[in-house]
Amino acid sequence: MTVSSLTQLNALTGGLFLLSTFGIIAMRQILGCLKMFVLQSIFLAISALLLGYLHQSIHLFAVAAITLLVKPTLIPYLLQRTVGNEVTARREISQLINIPTSLLVAVGLTIVSYFVATPLLSAAGGTTAGVNLPIGIACLLLGAYTVTVRREALPQIIGILTMENGAFFAGISIAPDLPLIAELSAAFDVLVIALVMGILTRKIHERMGSTTVSDLKTLKEV
Amino acid sequence: MTGRIVINLLQVIVVMAFSPLVKGVLSRLEAMVQSKRGPCIFQPYRDIWKLLHKEEVVSEQTSWIFRITPYVVFITPIFVTLLIPVLTNYPLFFAFMGDMLGGGFILALGGFFATIAAIDTGNPYGPMGASRTRMVGFLAEPVFMIVFFTVSLVAGSTIPYIVQEAWITPLSNFFEPSHVLVMLAFFMLIIAEAGRLPVDNPSGHFELAMIDESKLLEYSGRGAALMKWGGAMKFFVLLCIFLNVLVSPWGLAAGTGLPEVFMAIPLVLVKIFVFILFMVIIESSLAKLRLFRIPEFLGAAFITSIAAMIMYIF
Repeated sequence: MTVSSLTQLNALTGGLFLLSTFGIIAMRQILGCLKMFVLQSIFLAISALLLGYLHQSIHLFAVAAITLLVKPTLIPYLLQRTVGNEVTARREISQLINIPTSLLVAVGLTIVSYFVATPLLSAAGGTTAGVNLPIGIACLLLGAYTVTVRREALPQIIGILTMENGAFFAGISIAPDLPLIAELSAAFDVLVIALVMGILTRKIHERMGSTTVSDLKTLKEV
Repeated sequence: MTGRIVINLLQVIVVMAFSPLVKGVLSRLEAMVQSKRGPCIFQPYRDIWKLLHKEEVVSEQTSWIFRITPYVVFITPIFVTLLIPVLTNYPLFFAFMGDMLGGGFILALGGFFATIAAIDTGNPYGPMGASRTRMVGFLAEPVFMIVFFTVSLVAGSTIPYIVQEAWITPLSNFFEPSHVLVMLAFFMLIIAEAGRLPVDNPSGHFELAMIDESKLLEYSGRGAALMKWGGAMKFFVLLCIFLNVLVSPWGLAAGTGLPEVFMAIPLVLVKIFVFILFMVIIESSLAKLRLFRIPEFLGAAFITSIAAMIMYIF
């Protein structure tokens, strides 16, 4: 495997990563969102593996292993356990802006992130940052957009996890030698966040009968 | 010179001869997946033959548009065939008469005539299907444009014969992210343009749910035969553009000798067969989208193509 073909494979992974991020925005059902998130995490792990091979960095292999362990397996399992009936409910997620418009906004955000990343790239350097940095920023913005637009708790959790994935995707190209402890703590942070949010969502659902955020305006039920 | 004209005309004959077969194989395979026996793969030929020998009935209320449309629908894919690589990987006589955009416009002309002919009849289902086809058409248009922009940025040209070289020399270019995304976007476009599932159900006979088929309702006899044949050729031509230009430009004849060109025919058919297998899997596993979900489907195709373009430019 030469450097150029590795870079190219990484670029392909980046493209598919971006596509799965779009998928999270385009999906109407929570299970679809979750599947897209799983796919996205797998692409993140593949990219980390490729970059780890390229930079000869053991840390990135660890990142790939942790990502594969936590995101595509443990987090869906935890969400399934805590709010299983919500995850598998075959109903549409209510959202503020309809999906075709959301997709156009997503395109806009992606272009913005490429423009933002261009001046950053001259500082970051590196061959693979050209792919990973803008896509990572785009994924960050798209995750934030998901949190803003979706009205229910579970898709918002997925949005936050997407933001985290985006930050990782950019991070592994800029700082391939990030200490292992930082990666570990980040990964388990995410796990705890998913667990806590899942339990919280379950409690809210038990109390209110729905997790629509806009209904949660008053402190007490009137 | 004359050799290239002959090969060019041979392309047209291949497209005319094998396009009903593609439809037949597709519907047979789909029936087999649903554990039915299905019609014989030569059934589309028999349909066309039967219709050609039947009397044609034309309403008195229709204008010349209704009568001319079957010919336009039949002729336009033939013109596009002259422009695209079907059998050879070197430009033929008519190759520089028009580029991919030109081919797209010629195909759109056939679609336009089919639409206004459907409105012309006054049949209530015709205009309904026609307006739906237009909706799919104008949503597909931006995807077409962006795909062509990306392709022409990469190849530096919009002539399909030049484009097909660009993606595979060197071979690693095949795995460029922009190439993979362009292939995906164009695949979704083919589904929408050819009226296949999940956008439209080609085997449905329920007028209220029809998109593409309802334009054929008023035609009988020779008109119906030409419309059917034209539709089959349009599908074949789209597959040729997709497979020979964008995905797999292998197996095409490199020399000008006639035996070599004849050898390319089975290879192209094999490629199309493999593609049809994919199509069968997709059509058998997805349900038809509701009408107002089609913008989402084509919106997804649009952002895929935009992502391809962005990833290539930056």
